[in-house]
Amino acid sequence: MASPKDEILYDHNHDGIDRRGFLRCMAWAGTGALCVLDGGVLTSYALDRGGEKGVKIPKGELAFVQISDSHMGFDKPANPDVVATFQAAIDKINALPVAPEFILHTGDVSHLAKAAQFDNVEQILKSARTQEVFYVPGEHDLVGDDGQQFRERYGKGTQGAGWYSFEKKGVHFVGLVNVANLKAGGLGSLGAEQLEWLEKDVKHLKSSTPVVVFAHIPLWAVYPEWGWGTDDSAQALGYLKRFGSVMVLNGHIHQTMQKVEGNVTFHTACSTAFPQPKPGAAPSPGPMKVPAEQLRSLLGVTEVHYKKGQHALAITDSSLG
Amino acid sequence: MQRNTCVSILRSAALAFLGLALVGFAGRASAGENPAALQITIDNFSFAPATLTVPAGTEVTWVNHDDIPHTVVSEDKATFKSRALDTDEKFSFTFAKPGTYTYFCSIHPKMTAKVVVQ
Repeated sequence: MASPKDEILYDHNHDGIDRRGFLRCMAWAGTGALCVLDGGVLTSYALDRGGEKGVKIPKGELAFVQISDSHMGFDKPANPDVVATFQAAIDKINALPVAPEFILHTGDVSHLAKAAQFDNVEQILKSARTQEVFYVPGEHDLVGDDGQQFRERYGKGTQGAGWYSFEKKGVHFVGLVNVANLKAGGLGSLGAEQLEWLEKDVKHLKSSTPVVVFAHIPLWAVYPEWGWGTDDSAQALGYLKRFGSVMVLNGHIHQTMQKVEGNVTFHTACSTAFPQPKPGAAPSPGPMKVPAEQLRSLLGVTEVHYKKGQHALAITDSSLG
Repeated sequence: MQRNTCVSILRSAALAFLGLALVGFAGRASAGENPAALQITIDNFSFAPATLTVPAGTEVTWVNHDDIPHTVVSEDKATFKSRALDTDEKFSFTFAKPGTYTYFCSIHPKMTAKVVVQ
């Protein structure tokens, strides 16, 4: 008798992928595994055993990298040197066998929204092999001035609190802001104005258009007790239901997590600064203090490949260790 | 005239005593000489005590003991609003008028608590 673990939960691409296996794999990606879902074939590699050497990462038609939560300015245990780990993330990107088209930064660029912290990030990013970087703010980028400086630096041509969309090689990208105007007791929030904009923004698109949505706080309920979710994300996802392939990329929780729901793949990226505990595994979501030798295996970058004609997007998480 | 003043002083003293007693119960603190008594601490993404009761005119000080910055913002976002408090940084506000003041951390809005001013 086949183990229930072997069953395919939902095969929306008819590609025979064991989604549950995929989720199992993703659960330990943050501790040093490399997972590749390319055109429907899943392969995973253990990074910390040197397994990444000789691995051929498929090219696809579009490759980009997600980085998140650089928290420039943070200087507490377990990472007193977030400059070094951010630089390590950029070095990792520069060492990829395939040059990414661009970089997405899913917020908390800075720790306290100070000019020097943003300057530092920009300085380090100058060494990246791609100079095109798209940002959405995290709640730390908005402290003090409600994000005015952030928008001046990174939000040219954006709407409202800084949301926008763009096209790359047939893929529609939407950057959402769910960290502005937060209410007491609530989770992340998009707000009526942004939701209205999103509905209009995707209305003209064909259902076959691959859509990538990126925002700081997860757009799914990872752990509402710690504020790891977005109050009105269901409405946003409702506008995306008709699309054959939707990928949602978030940061905020400083660990890799993945969920597949219908045609939507949710993914959270590691921080380049410090790890946070698994949901409920600590009294609070404060920085996880880990031995120095373990730190880099818990930080990382995410690489995404898109192959035209195959709806699945391939995600690779690699740790800095 | 003199008697009225006397009564008034007694009344003030009684009210002050009542106020102190309330602070003692709700905030587990004794007001007056010790300013630390009216302190709210932030540890592990929570305000403690979650409810602090004080007499009108009291200055309340928040101190952040977490490794992550927090803010102290009234629910209406207007009555009081701290800047981001990094580790061990403080913010103070004097509550002049009676009422219930719910506040939160605008960075982590799940963090809520209240100050009851009598």
